[in-house]
Amino acid sequence: MPDFITAWLDQNDVFTTMTMLEYWNGLVQTVQLVFLSLIIGLLVAVPLAILRTNRRWWVSGPVWVYTYLFRGTPLLIQLYIIYYGLAQIPGIQETFWWSIFREPFYPALLAFTLNTAAYTTEIFRGAIAATPQGEIEAAKAYGMSWFLRLRRIVLPSAARRAVQAYSNEVIFMLHASAIASVVTIVDLTGAARNIYSRFYAPFEAFIGVALIYMALTFLLVFAFRKLENHLLRHQRPAGG
Amino acid sequence: MKKMIVAAGCALAMMAGSALAQDGRDIRIAFDVPYEPFEYRDDDGNLTGFEVELAEAMCEEMNANCEFVIQAWDGMIPGLLARKFDAIMSSMSITEERAERVLFSEPYYITPGGWFGPEDFDTDVTDMDAMEGKTVGVQRGTTMDTYVTDELGGIVSIKRYTTADDMVLDLEGQRLDVVFVDYPVGEQTVLSKDGFKEVGEPVKLGEGVGVAMRKRDKDLAEEINAALETLKNDGTYDAIMDKYFSYDIKM
Repeated sequence: MPDFITAWLDQNDVFTTMTMLEYWNGLVQTVQLVFLSLIIGLLVAVPLAILRTNRRWWVSGPVWVYTYLFRGTPLLIQLYIIYYGLAQIPGIQETFWWSIFREPFYPALLAFTLNTAAYTTEIFRGAIAATPQGEIEAAKAYGMSWFLRLRRIVLPSAARRAVQAYSNEVIFMLHASAIASVVTIVDLTGAARNIYSRFYAPFEAFIGVALIYMALTFLLVFAFRKLENHLLRHQRPAGG
Repeated sequence: MKKMIVAAGCALAMMAGSALAQDGRDIRIAFDVPYEPFEYRDDDGNLTGFEVELAEAMCEEMNANCEFVIQAWDGMIPGLLARKFDAIMSSMSITEERAERVLFSEPYYITPGGWFGPEDFDTDVTDMDAMEGKTVGVQRGTTMDTYVTDELGGIVSIKRYTTADDMVLDLEGQRLDVVFVDYPVGEQTVLSKDGFKEVGEPVKLGEGVGVAMRKRDKDLAEEINAALETLKNDGTYDAIMDKYFSYDIKM
């Protein structure tokens, strides 16, 4: 950081260079955690949503149980179970898994991924189930195979219906990630709590972090509006 | 020098004592029970504990008629200011915020921070080189947190917890090498489990705990300070402390 910024910051009581660095490291943690869990969650959710719409109960049943469990319990409880529960498994400290799950980041990533994948699965299931029957019949009439139908007709059409609900899920996930701080991760909220307890300044610490979350949310809203415009451009009036 | 202070303390106490014998000052002292082992009721329902016994000894030393009052914690300072009682001896830590509203005596005890770790932990916690790269657990915002952050920041990796329970779970789960926590808390939560021990000397942190009084009662504060000083020097304090604690909390 340039000297003049450091000097300017250090005139503050709370928002010193050290505070800013703490927020910055928290921001990096939050973005990593949320971005990775959303990407992995999405990759898991699309195949699961396809399985979930399958008519055979022994294909869709297990997926239903999974989404039911993870949507039926609070994310905080899931995080506690994964973070503390894994450490209680006898002998896990001697296996190589421990090198992964010893750090709080991976248990949190696992909990967030499973949670967001469950919600995203249900969002996509609804969108897939709502595919107009006529589109599928037309695709069949063209002689498209199941996979080709999925790729060309069902998924693109479902994506258009799902994108608005999914953008909400992404924003909720960003805000839900605040609970990562309870398992010692110094994310944005963890940084705010450290700053709060160092300066006994709850207003400054939490309003500061709220502004950062808000800026992140605006970025996401902006990105999703672009994506919606792209996906739904056929609905715009001609010449618009 | 020390002897002189002792002598002065004794003289003061005697003067205060003789003065009190005449007017027989009444003091009502408030406790919040139970807070073992500082103040609690024994099996027969009698009020006892470290602070209760110290208060009894102090009253005897001051030759005062003491009455003990039970008061819930959140009404402590308001109750004192409303003259429901005259002094608080209920493990009230001396802080700047409180000192603006009440008058504190000299501190009479301090619970140290204690280092606790698994049986096989054999690193000297004061050896910075040996501690390099270790993971230390603390409770966020406590004096222990400040101490570790100032003394060991950048050398060890510090994990901050909201509750002691979460921290002890991670110590058991081997996510932490060692914790630095308020000694009585560590004694109850860590030492009560198999395979854990104290791994370093306790460190006294903070301002300690004092008797809280109304700001205008400066005479009472002087008498209480003198009485406590005597008790600390004549062995009475140590005898009471040894009854309740296996470690040093004297201040």
